[in-house]
Amino acid sequence: MSVPSFDVERVRKDFPILSRELPGGRPLVYLDSGNSSQKPNQVIDTMREHLAQHYSNVGRALHALGSESTEAYEAARDKVAGFIGAPSRDEVIFTKNASEAINLVAYAFGNPINTDDRFRVGPGDEIVITEMEHHSNIVPWQLLAQRTGAKLRWFSVTDEGRLSLDDLDELVNERTKIVSIVHQSNVLGTVNSISPILARAREVGALMMVDASQSVPHQRVDVDDLDVDFVAFTGHKMVGPSGIGVLWGRRELLDAMPPFLGGGEMIEAVWMDRSTYAPLPHKFEAGTPPIVEAVGLGAAVDYLTSIGMDAIKQHERELTGYALEALREIPGLRIIGPRTVIARGGTVSFTLEGIHPHDVGQILDDVFGVAVRVGHHCARPLHLRFGIPATTRASFYLYNTTAEIDALVRGLHHVQKVFG
Amino acid sequence: MIAESMYQELILEHYKHPQGRGLREPYDAEVHHVNPTCGDEVTLRVKLGDGGKVLDVSYDGQGCSISQAAASVLYELATDSTVEESLSVVDEFTRLMQGRGQVEADEDVLGDAVAFAGVAKFPARVKCALLSWMAYKDAVLRSQA
Ligand SMILES: Cc1ncc(COP(=O)(O)O)c(C=O)c1O
Repeated sequence: MSVPSFDVERVRKDFPILSRELPGGRPLVYLDSGNSSQKPNQVIDTMREHLAQHYSNVGRALHALGSESTEAYEAARDKVAGFIGAPSRDEVIFTKNASEAINLVAYAFGNPINTDDRFRVGPGDEIVITEMEHHSNIVPWQLLAQRTGAKLRWFSVTDEGRLSLDDLDELVNERTKIVSIVHQSNVLGTVNSISPILARAREVGALMMVDASQSVPHQRVDVDDLDVDFVAFTGHKMVGPSGIGVLWGRRELLDAMPPFLGGGEMIEAVWMDRSTYAPLPHKFEAGTPPIVEAVGLGAAVDYLTSIGMDAIKQHERELTGYALEALREIPGLRIIGPRTVIARGGTVSFTLEGIHPHDVGQILDDVFGVAVRVGHHCARPLHLRFGIPATTRASFYLYNTTAEIDALVRGLHHVQKVFG
Repeated sequence: MIAESMYQELILEHYKHPQGRGLREPYDAEVHHVNPTCGDEVTLRVKLGDGGKVLDVSYDGQGCSISQAAASVLYELATDSTVEESLSVVDEFTRLMQGRGQVEADEDVLGDAVAFAGVAKFPARVKCALLSWMAYKDAVLRSQA
């Protein structure tokens, strides 16, 4: 497939924040997109324009602004549906973020008002996740296990930072109700192969969810190709605003699930003692939604599409290869995650012998303007697995350059001078 | 270079050569404190003697240079002082750390601990500096209980 030409300098011009200076005249070297990405003018302007010219509540206002706002909100849903290849726009549910999308699905299980057998969970049933999950894909399932008496189980992670599928057939078995795994790890960068796990889940009649928070921003993700039952992702990591996330689910399952939150907009009719619910997608969108944020997310997927997801993936692959090579020259640096670009994205976490990540991050920021994330990155069990309390993480996106990776490497050498 | 002013020579010195590190017997109380945002941990023991004398403060833990150096400085200030004196140093140190960089440090009370004044400008790091000091206060209260 031919990849459209990619000009990182042109891309950078779309992101005003990248040309600002930090206090003390430091340039900004933003290597924290895995945490949250920066926003292009196209998103900023679209949101501003909506607020300035079209803003009103959606769904319930009959006047001109009401219909303009509703149209823009629903058009954003169409754009997102197109972006992920959703068979139907009604399968795209707007949430607050990926965390809410995962909770929404988790609360459909073991819920007394859900009589569908596939969602029935009790003692003896099992839920399967992995050791490399973000807390957002751990805690909702722990809560489900606590509510229902079901057992939470997980795939382990190998020393190279890959999922160990050795005990796939034992872990995913007739007792399994749901398997939920991350598509791309927010710490290791590992991109998991979904199909073998999905095949086993299908064999035993379990449902399957994918946390695509770190993959949808960085590669072409088509829910039809993935073929799982639920996919969650979050707007702020894909050049969109915070406050908006997406749950995609198979229509037939979403129809069978009970509402998550109750309120305005999610109903069909309400009596004092009972209600009937709106059809999809509104059944899951109680209350006034994040209107401008949804419109901003629509602009974000337009922007990413105009650049081309394949071109973005290729650019990040080059950056990742460059970084893995460049970091090799730093003594005492240990990469936590795959050391090759194969089946891996542009997130590189590491430890520096004898130096705590907080100290690394502080010097990188204050001396070099290099923004990285330090800590356990909301994946504490994964850090425990590697026997470390924390890592330093550099994560790349379409607007990063090899010169910024050079700045990181220079910064790390300086860190070693200060603490050596 | 704001941060480099935080990493005073004295802090780096204590970080590289921690004083009094390692858990020792005998002790009256042992506490374990954790900073949940960064995973820094300290286990700390105190042994008190007659007249409120602090005979030993021993500790072990893991964390950044600020938290490790703060434990080392605490050891030096508290050992051989009295409970009363050392707790007034803890209070002054806490006041300095929570002062967002606006508080004038009382060097007579704080001694070497004034080197941490720059940390107060970094809200994310204040907890690192306070970790072992809060653990000490807790341990002293428990051994008196
Ligand atoms: C893999 C993964 N899952 C879930 C999340 C949660 O996203 P949000 O905080 O937007 O809900 C994140 C990001 O923090 C993530 O990296």
